[in-house]
Amino acid sequence: MTQQQKPDSSTPRRVTIDPVSRVEGHGRISLLLDANNHVHEARFHIVEFRGFEKFIQGRPYREVPFVVQRLCGICPVSHQLAAAKAVDQLVGVEVLTPTAFKLRRLLHFGQVLQSHSLHFFHLASPDLLFGFGSDVAQRNIAGLLESSPELAMKGVRLRKYGQQIIEAITGKRIHGVATVPGGMNKALTMAQRDTLLAGVKDVIGWCQEAVALNEQIHRAHAENHDFGAIQSNFLSLTGDGGELELYHGGLRARAASGDIILDGFDYRGYGELLREEVRPWSYMKFPFLLSLGQKSGWYRVGPLSRVNNCDMIPTPLAEEQRRRFRDYGQGGLVHDTLAYHWARMIEALHCAESIERLLADTDITGSELVVPEGQRRREGIGVIEAPRGTLFHHYRIDDEGLIEKANLIVSTTSNNQAMNESLRAVADRYLDGQTLTEGLLNHLEVAIRAYDPCLSCATHALGRMPLQVELVDTAGQIVDRLTKGGKA
Amino acid sequence: MGGMLVFGYGNPGRGDDALGPAFVERLARENPDAADNAEYLSDMQLQVEHVTDLCGRQLLLFVDADAACQPPFQLSRIHAERDTSYTSHAMTPQALLYAFCQVYGRKAPPALLLRIRGYGFDLGESLDARADTNLREALALASRLGVADAQRWQQSACGHDDAIIAGRGSAEDG
Repeated sequence: MTQQQKPDSSTPRRVTIDPVSRVEGHGRISLLLDANNHVHEARFHIVEFRGFEKFIQGRPYREVPFVVQRLCGICPVSHQLAAAKAVDQLVGVEVLTPTAFKLRRLLHFGQVLQSHSLHFFHLASPDLLFGFGSDVAQRNIAGLLESSPELAMKGVRLRKYGQQIIEAITGKRIHGVATVPGGMNKALTMAQRDTLLAGVKDVIGWCQEAVALNEQIHRAHAENHDFGAIQSNFLSLTGDGGELELYHGGLRARAASGDIILDGFDYRGYGELLREEVRPWSYMKFPFLLSLGQKSGWYRVGPLSRVNNCDMIPTPLAEEQRRRFRDYGQGGLVHDTLAYHWARMIEALHCAESIERLLADTDITGSELVVPEGQRRREGIGVIEAPRGTLFHHYRIDDEGLIEKANLIVSTTSNNQAMNESLRAVADRYLDGQTLTEGLLNHLEVAIRAYDPCLSCATHALGRMPLQVELVDTAGQIVDRLTKGGKA
Repeated sequence: MGGMLVFGYGNPGRGDDALGPAFVERLARENPDAADNAEYLSDMQLQVEHVTDLCGRQLLLFVDADAACQPPFQLSRIHAERDTSYTSHAMTPQALLYAFCQVYGRKAPPALLLRIRGYGFDLGESLDARADTNLREALALASRLGVADAQRWQQSACGHDDAIIAGRGSAEDG
């Protein structure tokens, strides 16, 4: 666990960076400095992150899987599936038909594959390939298309493939209707199956290349190893045998040492496991493992957590890469924040292999899609491993079947404290006096991007996403200001 | 493919951010016969893989909500531009056109951007009444120009790069 530096007794100054680019939504970073210009605390404010639960209240439970898709433009499918799992419980369904279960898994693998591909190829790889201090104008997808067009196009094709799966199963690119209480509402046709199957070998190959590239970059750049590195607990779902599991499993948590804190925990009891701390400066809560307490119980979720947490990956190529990853950790867990990217591509490879396996399964084109509803229940809790980490959807309904109470813990919330810790580590190392530089800004962004936070699916309406950096002292005076591309 | 691509983007769950997809949805619903000459697409935001949707089009019409343009809407011709506006999960249409040039090594199809003025962007909100009025004005423009008549849309843009057509009235005035 990272030890938080004790604040200097003298009045701290505040550095504010607002908002963060290349991260979904609006974000602002405040860096609290002590008198010696050391960063003693980082506060990552996410200003758009609110209102989810209220948004859902009062709606019929059957609508929820479709309504919650609108929360996020990047992982609508994850929200739909987590909500669908909760709704299955509300209608008393425990087990889906084999076809419905596999279609949901296929949908989820497609979603994770396209999200991970977007992240690595289009967001992270320019930083990793060109260097954090390289020209901002170059360090983006346009620069990547110029310098490494083949690599960039593989990212385009991987995204496209993942979205083809989503479109085939849900019928639409966005807001498709796929899940129903107790199953799915549309079968996958043989023609759709064959089209997807025809492209999957290439997809697996591109993922293998991406894993190899990540490993090469990470091993070759020693400075990446401790960049924003923190020691943390890890939380994720795992399967019954301790394997990597993205759709359904039990909760497992490991301490930074690798010791298992809990395992096979039924996620429907998550309320006994987690608490969410509220801090006055943040809209976003700070979850922690109750057994470890507020101070030490924070944890990380997402690819780094999942690949560290599991005992094996149930597809051969990804499992081989997981072993290499763990070898890099020399027997311990891998805590390098930038190793998120490496782990993310191992998962992408697992998704591609799993997609191939599912498409070859005769159940996938079956027609038995729904099981009869059972006794209605008042509460349903669905948990899934979304691309960015464990996603909790918890609903309580009234006698009319309307949502009375909802609680969502999204992965960005789970990573809240961890992102602040990583930012503090990076800022303390790279902030020089009271001068804000593009270099510092991008180093902070690189740390945030490793977690790939989805900052609530903000609107993108034109003119609403400026990038400003401000250095503000405690008297509210702006000491320095930076806009994207130079001084204001 | 071919003909005209009408691409509305925005988050339908965030109030007036839905204007782009709503434009496409209503246009398609009210003009089913235009489907032979135009394709309608909607998405939450533009991303680089959308370059593959632009191939072979006679004209691209991007439709988005705008929090600051003159109401009810503005229609502009746009060009490929390399800019620094790339965010994690959204590209500008100009940047998408630029990516098209990079990917395919040729000029992107001619493109217009229809910006419809929105006012509220909060999660879970429906369209603001003024935004809805603006949307109807924009749809009326589409009817005047011919829904899938790429030639007329292009002619209307001839020689103008910015705000070639602005709506006739302001919802705020009305």
